[in-house]
Amino acid sequence: MPGVDSTFESTLGSAGDAAPAVEIDGLVKRYGGTTAVDGLTLTCARGAVTAILGPNGAGKTSTIEICEGFRRPDGGTVRVLGLDPADPALKPRLGIMPQTGGVPPAARAGEWLRVVSRFYAHPLDPDSLLGLLGLTDHTRTPYRRLSGGQQQRLSLAAAVIGRPELVFLDEPTAGLDPQARHACWDLVAALRAAGVSVVLTTHQMDEAEKLSDHVVVIDHGRVVAEGTPESLTGAERQLRFRARPGLDLEELLAALPPGSAAKESPSGHYIIEGQVGPQLLATVTAWCATEGVTTEDLRIERRTLEDVFLELTGRELR
Amino acid sequence: MTTIATLDLTPRPGAAPLHRMVLAQAGAEIRAMLRNGEQLLLTMIIPILLLVGFSTAPLVDVGGGARVDFVAPGILALAVMSTAFTGQAIATGFERRYGVLKRLGATPLSRTGLLLAKTVAVVAVEVLQVVVIVAVALALGWSPHGDPLWGVPLLLLGTAAFSGLGLLMAGTLRAEATLAGANLVYLVLLGLGGVLFPLDRFPAGVQHVLGLLPISALTSGLRTALSTGGFPGGALLVLLCWTVAALALAARTFRWE
Repeated sequence: MPGVDSTFESTLGSAGDAAPAVEIDGLVKRYGGTTAVDGLTLTCARGAVTAILGPNGAGKTSTIEICEGFRRPDGGTVRVLGLDPADPALKPRLGIMPQTGGVPPAARAGEWLRVVSRFYAHPLDPDSLLGLLGLTDHTRTPYRRLSGGQQQRLSLAAAVIGRPELVFLDEPTAGLDPQARHACWDLVAALRAAGVSVVLTTHQMDEAEKLSDHVVVIDHGRVVAEGTPESLTGAERQLRFRARPGLDLEELLAALPPGSAAKESPSGHYIIEGQVGPQLLATVTAWCATEGVTTEDLRIERRTLEDVFLELTGRELR
Repeated sequence: MTTIATLDLTPRPGAAPLHRMVLAQAGAEIRAMLRNGEQLLLTMIIPILLLVGFSTAPLVDVGGGARVDFVAPGILALAVMSTAFTGQAIATGFERRYGVLKRLGATPLSRTGLLLAKTVAVVAVEVLQVVVIVAVALALGWSPHGDPLWGVPLLLLGTAAFSGLGLLMAGTLRAEATLAGANLVYLVLLGLGGVLFPLDRFPAGVQHVLGLLPISALTSGLRTALSTGGFPGGALLVLLCWTVAALALAARTFRWE
């Protein structure tokens, strides 16, 4: 989209044009004796959607709040659009959706969004934005009477209303019903198409897989894997089945073609990788027959991001 | 029906001019104050009830002269305290608790801008209070004399002192503690600050200490300006000291989240 790109370029100031959206090097953040972020290094490209995935307590929110300028790091360097996160010049260029709250409970949705829009030089029309996010019927509703999902959508509206260059969304779809989630996804896709850089945290693998150009998996305050969703999940397919735990896989491996791999992860869940085809399937089922194993859920599929995540962190997401 | 295609999301960042940000935020704060039932009770209804009650019924011996001449300046001081101190402390305490101050910190509205907006909102509500109180007092037969113009610096300095104290409380205590504390201080100062009960009813030693309270200074200053006339120098000096001390302390201790 060359047209969009040129508009994007022309709106940038002269300083930091080439800088990535976010550049974090060796970030450390401690709370008392707990190290929440432990030498984290990552880069979020301009004009791309970066998803930060991690279990609860992995350091996602700490990292994003340091980028937003809400917290100061204890070590390492953070540059946002080439600037220190505390630089006031950043404020109009960023759109921020915190995980919860930040809106006076008695404030009416429409009025509050209009007030926020008045802080910016070229804001979007608040009514159009409310319409897009399905909040038109609630413009006069006080914030505390909105449902959790409606509150989330209002917060999302406030994050984009100032036409920012970079948007931070901390769990934007948590608590949304499927329809509202799709409205949010559409908005993120539209932001990306318009050249806006987006950094989001999420618990939802399908969200990360569908929306993002770049996925960063963090755990214990460090990056454990990153890449495009495709590069993380891999192109190959795998054969999976469930059976009683503790099967001896050595014999199976010997029977499989060279280059194959077999593992049990987690207990009772078996994954066979390699040239997945009729031959491999026959070998596995034959081995099951000799072992006297009845498999459940035998299937051939591509790895999902969820599998990758589970392997990397050993944890379910919630 | 809005579709995503109708919104131009291409980046075009920029902060609005400061005055527009401040006015927008001040408008929001004024609406919040005027819509909040408890706040209206504190800032409008209680002062008016006290004004009418103490001006018409012989509840307190005010010495010579018309009752309303003694009560009206005290009620004006009470109105300033209710808005600048009690109301502002409670509202700001809960804004801190609900993450509103933090959220605003992510917008181009600077902290200076936010404080300006709060000041504009407090002064606007006070103007409304003064208009209503003066109208009711005049209807009750109040005849202000002396130098009413000295009332303006007194009200402004009183507002600054009470705002400083309110923000000091809101920026350091938990929201619930601020709610309880601000109401308690309001009641205590209402009782001990010469608003309705003349300070000369207290023992001499206590009188001097009570006379240094910001509410006593504001009340006695307004009485000087609006009844006997003359320069309320002592009152202005006491209020100035409270203003400087409270704002300096609030600026050093205020926690935004």
